[in-house]
Amino acid sequence: MKRLVAWAVLLLGCLYFLLPLIGMTEFSLKMRRGEYSFDAYARVFEDPRFWETFSYSLTLAAATIVFGVLLVVPTAYWVRLKLPQARPIIEFITLLPLVIPAIVIVFGYIRLYNTSSFLPLTGSALGTDILLTMGYATLALPYMYRAVDTGLRTIDVATLTEAAQSLGAGWFTILARIILPNVLVAVLSGAFLTLAIVIGEFTMAALLNRPAFGPFMQLLGANRAYEPPALAVIAFAITWGCMGLIQLVTRFSKHERAKA
Amino acid sequence: MAFLDLTNLEKIFGTNRVVKDFSLGIEKGEFVSLLGPSGCGKTTVLRMVAGFEMPTSGGISIDGQDVTDQRANQRNIGMMFQAYALFPNMTVADNVAFGLKVKGVPRAEREARVKEMLELIGLPELGTRFPFQLSGGQQQRVALARALAPRPRVLLLDEPLSALDAKVRVSLRNEIRDIQRELGITTIFVTHDQEEAMSISDRIVVMNGGIAEQVGAPFEIYNNPNTRFVAGFVGTLNMLTAKVEDAATGTVTVDGQPLRLGKPVTAAKGATVTLALRPEAIRLGRAEGREVVLPATVAEVNFLGSVIRIKARVAGTVVALDTFNRPDQPPPPLGSPTEISFAAADAIVLPD
Repeated sequence: MKRLVAWAVLLLGCLYFLLPLIGMTEFSLKMRRGEYSFDAYARVFEDPRFWETFSYSLTLAAATIVFGVLLVVPTAYWVRLKLPQARPIIEFITLLPLVIPAIVIVFGYIRLYNTSSFLPLTGSALGTDILLTMGYATLALPYMYRAVDTGLRTIDVATLTEAAQSLGAGWFTILARIILPNVLVAVLSGAFLTLAIVIGEFTMAALLNRPAFGPFMQLLGANRAYEPPALAVIAFAITWGCMGLIQLVTRFSKHERAKA
Repeated sequence: MAFLDLTNLEKIFGTNRVVKDFSLGIEKGEFVSLLGPSGCGKTTVLRMVAGFEMPTSGGISIDGQDVTDQRANQRNIGMMFQAYALFPNMTVADNVAFGLKVKGVPRAEREARVKEMLELIGLPELGTRFPFQLSGGQQQRVALARALAPRPRVLLLDEPLSALDAKVRVSLRNEIRDIQRELGITTIFVTHDQEEAMSISDRIVVMNGGIAEQVGAPFEIYNNPNTRFVAGFVGTLNMLTAKVEDAATGTVTVDGQPLRLGKPVTAAKGATVTLALRPEAIRLGRAEGREVVLPATVAEVNFLGSVIRIKARVAGTVVALDTFNRPDQPPPPLGSPTEISFAAADAIVLPD
């Protein structure tokens, strides 16, 4: 009896997650009356704005990931190595972006960095892109930090550092050749989460008026019927593709097998 | 001036003085062990030599050069850790080559050196393996090769055998010692295992409470401990209470029986002193050259194979003594009355 209930609950849970997905996918295929087709997808892919906004967001995601890795890996490493007592504070700071809405952050940015401020970043496209990248990095911080910190937990940071130091390595060598390669899988999972966040982000890009994928999805959703669900399916495919990539990387990095 | 000089080293963590006025000179090619219980400061001394801890005061010099203010990566010191600390993302060969790469040694020279090192540790065919594919003993050998590859001035060993099982521990410690002799590298070995320290060291520093209680060759430390702590920590000791009869001639009584120690005792007549005896100095029954004979009762018998350790009740205390196994002589039954004998000259008088 207990088993039956357990299976029923599992089935309900699956239905809860899968039904909307199935419904959405089915709807996205119904553009042509009376038969299934990929017309909606073809339309999306034909739209030059899709490629423009998608590549823009992809570029910014890459920049965010690079910035995030450069910020988070040394920070998390240093906190683990030298300032373990500061960990609760750092964790609290990295959680703040989950509590503070993106709209508050972006309004803060606009107030601080507008054209009449000391650092008029919003005055140029590049400046705004930098600002947007910083904003994205802030949004991704909770995920990136946790992923990297978990990765660092699996290695003996202190001893590996000392071993490298005794062999003559400086901080840069230690971080680049020892720490980063050993938390690469964690960094990648953080990176793919960042990618997923950046691709779907709407508020910051819209308010900073940049041609990102999020505002494009919103625009399409407001004006079309079949293309938005097709776009949503594409977004899901990208996310799942990323997760598959994490698995693949884990499989391919030989030394990680020992931990699995 | 010695090759490696530690002068008046002090280390204070908060209010805790972990190392107190520690001085030691180590000659080139010497193998010195820091031996002591956990928390005695031995690892802190080693970490100060490595450059991982800054001494609160005092100085460290290597080959006449003051390295006290140098960072760990500037000192050219090789180190082995208890936890192996091989880089998990690199192959064995890359691990060994790491220090050379950091130094900027050209590729061909590096490869030759890695090959030489892997042959030295007897694992020439394992260069392409990753650390997780090796046993503990193999990993620690690779760690030794990695530490030695950049030709360090000093080799530091931080309890490198503690994580290994007993058999590997013994064989690896002999290997480490052989390689150390072959290369003539100055080595400091930290351990809490006295057998380990005595079997491979030129000299042992017995540490307690942040100070060096005694420095000397294993033979000297074992046979002539300076302090009660050293006597108790190194090897097994039997303690007998004795009363001083004549301090100048070293005559004392144990359980009413007079014995001449043959050396003066620094205590007043009538005072009690402690006589310490190693288990191998005591014989069961009477024996030639062992003039002190005391009545005893067999309290415990441990058959260890080649050696039989017997505990006997003597003069209100229990003493342990070792006899070699002989097939024609079974161990004495428990509770049987017997005698023990020892030479007065073997007794160590411990200061109270």
